[in-house]
Parts: sequence; structure tokens; C-alpha cells
Amino acid sequence: MELEVADLACARGGVLVLEGVNFRLEAGEALMLRGPNGIGKTTLLRTLAGLQPPLAGRIGMADEALAYGAHADGLKSTLTALENLRFWARVHGTGEGEIGRALEEFNLADLAGRPAHSLSAGQKRRLGLARLLLTGRAIWALDEPTVSLDAESVRLFARAVERHLAGGGMALMATHIDLGLAARALDLTPFRADPDRAGKAGAGGADGAGAGRVRVPHDPFAGAEDLA
Amino acid sequence: MIALLVRDIRLAMRAGGGFGLGLAFFLIAVVLVPFGVGPEGGLLGTIAPGILWIAALLACLLSLDRIFTLDYEDGSLDLLATSPLPMEGVVAMKALAHWLTTGLPLTIAAPVLGLLLNLPESAYYWLVVTFLLGTPALSFIGTFGAALTVGVKRGGLLLSLLVLPLYIPSLTFGAEALRRGAEGMANTVPLLMLAGITLGTIALLPFVAAQAIRINLR
Repeated sequence: MELEVADLACARGGVLVLEGVNFRLEAGEALMLRGPNGIGKTTLLRTLAGLQPPLAGRIGMADEALAYGAHADGLKSTLTALENLRFWARVHGTGEGEIGRALEEFNLADLAGRPAHSLSAGQKRRLGLARLLLTGRAIWALDEPTVSLDAESVRLFARAVERHLAGGGMALMATHIDLGLAARALDLTPFRADPDRAGKAGAGGADGAGAGRVRVPHDPFAGAEDLA
Repeated sequence: MIALLVRDIRLAMRAGGGFGLGLAFFLIAVVLVPFGVGPEGGLLGTIAPGILWIAALLACLLSLDRIFTLDYEDGSLDLLATSPLPMEGVVAMKALAHWLTTGLPLTIAAPVLGLLLNLPESAYYWLVVTFLLGTPALSFIGTFGAALTVGVKRGGLLLSLLVLPLYIPSLTFGAEALRRGAEGMANTVPLLMLAGITLGTIALLPFVAAQAIRINLR
């Protein structure tokens, strides 16, 4: 199991934001996406999740291997925490037993019977993250997963990610905080698309990615460091 | 997919889910007609088929923009799009859930309201038959319209403008089949047309609507 992204270009709202993105993720690895606001972290994650087609390049991974975690948690406020998780477990064909474990892992067992609208922002986020365990998918692609989590919940989340990695999973996260995981970081700044070329991107994306343009060769992991 | 159907019905039944909305509108609209038109039995009985069909159509319209907007706003639609469920199946289940919580209650309530409109006795059978054959099309066409306008802020008006013209064939044949049936005339042709429209929308629109949602999610 691996995730390989080669020369990927993606657009947001018809404007090319990232091009030439290259990285490779093996089983058990995590990658932190870094970069200033608006660089295209969310766009990259949505493209990988298949919510929008890439303009150019290749995404190599098994079908239905990726679980996407967005800014919004996808919770129904009138359903209880347990009912929310049970729905996603059934959608993904996961057994009932896993739900209890997911609740346990994110310290939600006491809140299982509470309707989602009565949960705090951090509790909702934990419930949204617990859903990931029920997808049974190997690659977690998470967009700012730690927003509104307190320090204790961040530790819970980091432990869940570690367990996922230890089980051969992968994680790809856009986050600004240090989770204490042994993970590489990928700074997206070098892949920022040239806005002047944006108009041509849709038409001829694949043929001339970079042609005729002086481009400083770079190693995508030049700035990578072990965050642990 | 059954999980999605069950969830949508459960959400509709919970507080604020809008289950009673369409039904209440249908009730009020039909009850108001005798007050507006006057108590003359003959006239009421004549216009009753048209009134019932128009009221059902408008009642259906009321709850359409809830079909995808709520899921879009809380992020579930993104997650459903990345789930193992095919988007076509998601759309079909959403439309079915809408029919079960709107079209079916309307079908059950219609004969009771027919009494208030002095509907001829011979018409009750045809009222239920035409509603059963016709209202699924209203839900499937409406789901298609909702898919087109998902992501549009306050898209309710746009949705109505898009969907109402598409409801006209169902309205025409539904009301016509009911009227002819009530008067004891042969109504096989409008009934078949009504059923044909319903089957056609069920067969085709989930695919079109799924594509519309994929484009709107980009």
C-alpha cells in the first residue's frame, strides 16, 4: 500500500493554485502539509479525495483507500453521537463492535447518547475524528484535524494516528501544530502556481507543465525534517 | 444505502426535520379553497381534482431545498461523495426518502381532504391511484433540481423556478386522469402517461443529478 503523487496540478474555483506536486507515502508514514493560508492545502486534499479532478498529473493509490476529514465534521445535530457514528459505520460496512472502540478511543463513551447539537465544538470534532476509525480506510487525509481540540484531545488524536500508522495506515494532514508524531513535513510553497499561467492551465495542463518556464529544480523534501 | 434511507427518514421525523411541513401546507391550502370559492357544491366538485393536484405539487416543493442543502452545509455531502456509496444511489435514496416523508403522507391525506372539496364518490379510487403514480416523479424531479442548486446560497427561489415547469406534465396528466376517472370516462391514456413520466424520471434523473452534484462539489 502506498500513495504516490506525481506532477499534480490542481485548481480552486477555476484558478490554478498548485502545480508540479510530487510526493510519495509508504505504509506507516505520515506527512504534514505546511504552507501559508491560501496556498492550496485544502485544494490538494480535496483533489486526492476525488472531490475534484486534477488538472494534470497522477495520483497513484488503490481505489477507496482514502478517508477524507474536512473542516466540517458531517454530523447531524438531531442525531445522537452514537447514531451519527452508526450511520457512517453502516455506510462503510464496518461492524457494530468498532463503534464502541472508536467512542472509547476518543473518550466519547459517556457522550454516546447525547444529540450532536448539545456537544461542544471540541467534542464534535472528536466525534468527527472517531468516524475515521470506522471507515476502515488506509489513508487518512485530514484538513486541520486539531481545530478546537484541547491539549488532552490533541494527545488522544495523536495516539489514534500513531496506532493507525502502526497498523500499516498512512496519514496526510494539513495542520499548523506539532502533534509530536514522527512525521515528515511537506511545504507547499514551492509548488505555488504562477497566476499568469492560470488561464492556460485548463486547456493544456499536461503537455506543457513547466515548459518554457525557468523553474528552479527542487527536492520536495529539502525542507523536510523529523518533527519528533 | 439502506442506512442512508433510514437516516434521512429519521432526520425528517426528528424535531425541525420538516416531516409535517408539506403535509400541513397541503392541508391548509386545500381547506382554504372552499372558503375562497364559496360553498357551492357543484363548482367545488368540478375543480377539486385540479386543486388537490396543485396543492400537492406546491406542498412537495416546500421541502425540496432541504434534500441536499443541509448535508452540504454540515459537510456530510463531501463525506458521502468519498464514501463507498455511488452518488447515483445516494441521489435515488434521497429522492425515495423525500417521497416517503412527503408524497406518501400526501397520498394518504388526500382522500380525507377530498371530502372537504365535495369530490365525487367515484373519484376517491382514482385520487389515490393518480397520487401513487404521480408523486414519485415530483420527488425525483425535485431531487434533480435540488442537486442543480446545491451550494447556491438561499437557492430556494431558483429551485422553485427550475422545478415548477418540469412539474407541469405530471400535473396535467395527473389531474386529467383524476377528472376523467371521476366522471366515469376512459382515463387509461393519461394514467399511462403519468406512470411513464414517473418511471422515466426514476430511471434517468438520479444519473443526471449525481453528475450535477459532483460538479457542484468541486
